[in-house]
Amino acid sequence: MATSSERSPPPFPDSEDQDVLDTEDVAGRDSDEDDGGDLFMSSSNPPLTEADTLLEPASQPSDVLMKPPADIMNDPLIEPISSQTENKPASEVVSEPSDDFVDLTNNIGVTTESAVAEIPLDEPSDDFVDILGSETEAQREEVVVTDVTVEAAADKSEVTSGVTESPGHGKIGSDAEEEAQETSTAPIIDLGADLPASNTQQPPVSDKIADPLVDLLSDVSPPPAADAKKPSGATIDLFEDEGRDLFAEPRQTKSAKLPQKSLFGEADEDLFGEPLGAISKKTVNKEQKEKSVTTKAAAAVPTGGPLQDGNPTEPADIFTEEAVATAPSVSNTSTVNSKTNGVHSEEEADIFSEATVELSLDSPRTERKNDVMAKPSASAPTSLSAAASQAKPQSAALEELEEEEEAELDDKFEVLVSVKDPEKIGDGMNAYMAYKVSTQTTLPMFRNKTFTVRRRFSDFLGLYEKLSEKHGPNGFIVPPPPEKSILGMTKVKVGKEDSSSADFVERRRGALERYLQRVVNHPSLIQDPDVREFLEREELPRAVSTQALSGAGFLKMINKATDAVSKMTIKMNESDVWFEEKLQEVESADQQFRKLHALVESLVIHRKELSLNTASFAKSTAMLGSAEDNTALSRALSQLAEVEDKMEQLHQDQAANDTFSFAELIADYIRLLGAVRGSFDHRMKVWQRWQDAQAMLQKKRETEAKLLWANKPDKLQLAKEEIAEWEAKVTQYERDFERVSATVRKEVVRFEKEKTKNFKRQIIKYLESLLQSQQQLIKYWEAFLPEAKAIA
Amino acid sequence: MTSIDESNKEKLRSVSVDLNNDASLLIDIPDALCERDKVKFTVHTKTTLSSFQKPEFSVPRQHEDFIWLHDTLVETEDYAGLIIPPAPPKPDFEGPREKMHKLGEGEATMTKEEYTKMKQELEAEYLAVFKKTVQVHEVFLQRLSSHPILSKDRNFQIFLEYDQDLSVRRKNAKEMFGGFFKNMVKSADEVLISGIKEVDDFFEQEKTFLLDYYSKIKDSTAKAEKMTRSHKNIADDYIHISATLNSLSAEDSTGNKKNLEKLSDLFEKLRKVEGRVASDQELKLTELLRYYMRDIQAAKDLLYRRARALADYENSNKALDKARLKSKDIPQAEEHQQHCLQKFDKLSESGKKELTSFKGRRVVAFRKNLIEMAELEIKHAKQDYTHNISGLFPLKPSCSFCLTIFDLLEFFFFFFLL
Repeated sequence: MATSSERSPPPFPDSEDQDVLDTEDVAGRDSDEDDGGDLFMSSSNPPLTEADTLLEPASQPSDVLMKPPADIMNDPLIEPISSQTENKPASEVVSEPSDDFVDLTNNIGVTTESAVAEIPLDEPSDDFVDILGSETEAQREEVVVTDVTVEAAADKSEVTSGVTESPGHGKIGSDAEEEAQETSTAPIIDLGADLPASNTQQPPVSDKIADPLVDLLSDVSPPPAADAKKPSGATIDLFEDEGRDLFAEPRQTKSAKLPQKSLFGEADEDLFGEPLGAISKKTVNKEQKEKSVTTKAAAAVPTGGPLQDGNPTEPADIFTEEAVATAPSVSNTSTVNSKTNGVHSEEEADIFSEATVELSLDSPRTERKNDVMAKPSASAPTSLSAAASQAKPQSAALEELEEEEEAELDDKFEVLVSVKDPEKIGDGMNAYMAYKVSTQTTLPMFRNKTFTVRRRFSDFLGLYEKLSEKHGPNGFIVPPPPEKSILGMTKVKVGKEDSSSADFVERRRGALERYLQRVVNHPSLIQDPDVREFLEREELPRAVSTQALSGAGFLKMINKATDAVSKMTIKMNESDVWFEEKLQEVESADQQFRKLHALVESLVIHRKELSLNTASFAKSTAMLGSAEDNTALSRALSQLAEVEDKMEQLHQDQAANDTFSFAELIADYIRLLGAVRGSFDHRMKVWQRWQDAQAMLQKKRETEAKLLWANKPDKLQLAKEEIAEWEAKVTQYERDFERVSATVRKEVVRFEKEKTKNFKRQIIKYLESLLQSQQQLIKYWEAFLPEAKAIA
Repeated sequence: MTSIDESNKEKLRSVSVDLNNDASLLIDIPDALCERDKVKFTVHTKTTLSSFQKPEFSVPRQHEDFIWLHDTLVETEDYAGLIIPPAPPKPDFEGPREKMHKLGEGEATMTKEEYTKMKQELEAEYLAVFKKTVQVHEVFLQRLSSHPILSKDRNFQIFLEYDQDLSVRRKNAKEMFGGFFKNMVKSADEVLISGIKEVDDFFEQEKTFLLDYYSKIKDSTAKAEKMTRSHKNIADDYIHISATLNSLSAEDSTGNKKNLEKLSDLFEKLRKVEGRVASDQELKLTELLRYYMRDIQAAKDLLYRRARALADYENSNKALDKARLKSKDIPQAEEHQQHCLQKFDKLSESGKKELTSFKGRRVVAFRKNLIEMAELEIKHAKQDYTHNISGLFPLKPSCSFCLTIFDLLEFFFFFFLL
């Protein structure tokens, strides 16, 4: 989920910020996807298809020769047009385009092979390989590397398309190529004329792509040798080979998984979604190895020069595009074709991931960031938005997939916590409730598999305090415990053994259990030593600051008040639509949940009323039965009384069910939504700090300027130092903000997923209880029916 | 006896089914019109009796006309020995009307959907009250028509036949007070009379039974009413919950949307079932109890009249003794005594018959209603059951654990289909 959500708005700095975390790679991929999508879109457009094939060779060489990467953006309109015109005449040959492409890349006249569809495919791939190889050689040249990747992507897309359906493919591939070329040279206008509206947006991206291609072409002189080897091998082999040769390192983690998946998935259109989803899941989920690799990959993508910005997005797009393209092809063409398509596309995906991995390995971490920052500025807004829009639907699909898989994974809790046996300890107002906290775990970080400790309520609160202090500012959503209830607790303390206080204790016990379970289910919080201590240690130091009326409590109140004030004063111009939307969603959900909670509470009250009324009616009926002089009727009435008596029990149970499986669930989520909002607030605070630091930096700079003007060299030195210091702070804070944003995002996504699962579970539980009571009801009445009939 | 049983059956909600097998006089109220607080009933009669001018006719009548008919019957000396069917209660649309008003005030706080649902619910309630009102009026007439003596009553026939407005004079304040006063006197009188020794065991028993039964059934009625109202409250809660869930799901963009939607649907269905349970309980149980509460009151009135006659007889005996002592007005007193005795005997005789038949009638009515209620409860519960299953369906693929439960449910489902 996290990955997908991040994907959708690639342009935003937040998504890119994630470098620090594992999610980075995801973000990188996402962006990649977008670009790829663009490519695909272009490819899908049939009008240009035939012309494309020929166009490529002609256009490309010219482009390549003529332009350095930076120029691409600036190319005048004239050039693209001319190139297109040239291309068109030759375009008629379907098979050729790919060959041409190969030729272009290799500068070799391999076109003779073009008759066979496979050959062209192989070649391009080979070329690709070669390119990569060249890259590896030229690793230090960042620009080159990025270009290569881009090219690779483009090549792949073309290759795949060309291979899969000979007629359709040729078109697609050619289109893609064309577009790429055109885009590279051509401004938006030309494209728009040829392509549908969707395409028009893409040009900027494609331009970038094209440029890299050009570069690549220039770089890729060695490929012929590679080609010779590979054409003979099956497509699959080719890919595998590539994987091995090119990306020995990345393979260990990802490539191994990906290729398999792709193979299996061939027939399906979903192929793309699956591998992607799998990758994202894995990265998000667990294995740290993967994470590190992925992070590197993500980092790597941006490493290149200015053009790189475009690149990360492109690969992702390619995938999406592929998905789009494949679907139609499957429906139209024979299954065989579709399969081939799938294979190719997948391979491509693999290659891509691998490629990115490599890049990442090459690039140092620090560079990433800069690149990331550069991204938004460099990439054209239109392309980004287009990419985002495209990415969304797929991301949704991915989300679903992920959800399903994760649901399976998560159903087995690694740590199972239960809170049991509430017990009153002490007397009078000093009395408190202690609970038995039992833990069952398979995690190696605990010494035993099962252990039990006794904790009092304030310990739970203390744990929360510690956790929220530590993790709250980082944007984590720390599950909140149930509130202190002076009234409820006083009742318990006074020792009234009535149903309401028993109800209160049971409610609280359940809430505490769910709270703890949420904490231990959180992948980050479970790592916290305080959590472990809470679960394991025999004696805990008494939590002091949790008393509602203590001095600490008072301080907390003041803090809260100032927080509220600052919240009011901070006007954050939200740069990220995602956060804005989420915040709104959370707030309205909070409101609705509150309403719902009140309603369910009233339902419970009414149900209890019903139970009471039923009881009194039962009694009354029994009396009536005793007064009745007709024996059969008297019996029936007393039977009715009995039925109503049981009904009362049913209603009571149902009321309890309403409370425990429904009202409590909602109460939990009201609290949790509060926590979510808290994490949003934390993010805002960090942002505010960043802004303040920036303002400060500005001021320092001004003073420096003044000093410079006043010509005071001694102070100037100091001022410069200060500026350096503040600059460091600004970057630090900014990084903090990005980090927190990323965390919040991830957390919110995780929260939502948990919510869905939780609701499902609870709803089913609730339904079961309803069913059971319904069943009982049927039984009772069915037993009563013959009695009624027996009245003579 | 059978005819009475039949009429009795039909007496309890039998708008459509006329079980009166005495085809000589069939009465029903096919139509009623509600104008502000007045309800105009169309009383339709079909008869073969020669005492009526036409074999079939309809007349418009109001609630007050029914009350007038009841009062004249009660006041007729000749019917003192009969259980006069209890007068129908005054139509009361205040409850739903007030609720409707409240609903209008609270409209702003509700979603549109919620509001319309609440409105529908209230309209249904209103309609139910209306139907019930028509029914009790109809039942009153049908009981009269099926009674061998009361059906011959002149006033009753006028009530049925006179096609103009009866223009019964509404009771004015003084008369209202008079009625109240009369009631006071009656209850005081009852206390006085209670000192008189009962001569007949049957009546002695019947009296204690009815007094006891009356208080019990009154209590039960109140409790049943409360219970029914609780059911209605729950149904109302369901509406709100369903609506809120709906709006929640509308705003939710995550996978939870589906769950919330399903839950909302489920509550909507539960609402319908709960509402039906409430209205059926109201109809089958509360109405039954309510009706018999009034009927027992009527029987008690009969006992009172008899006791009154007995007291009169005792007094006349005393008067005769006195007269004999004074040897003055002896024949007059003797005649009076004879008259009182005759009246008392007649009352006792017809009263015994009436009470016995009343008992049979009551048992049959209870039987019928209890059976119907049990059946309806089962039906609703099963409906609930299937609804729940349909609610579970889409939630199924969450885990293997649910799958097994689902299998179980499916099994049950088929079981019920069978």
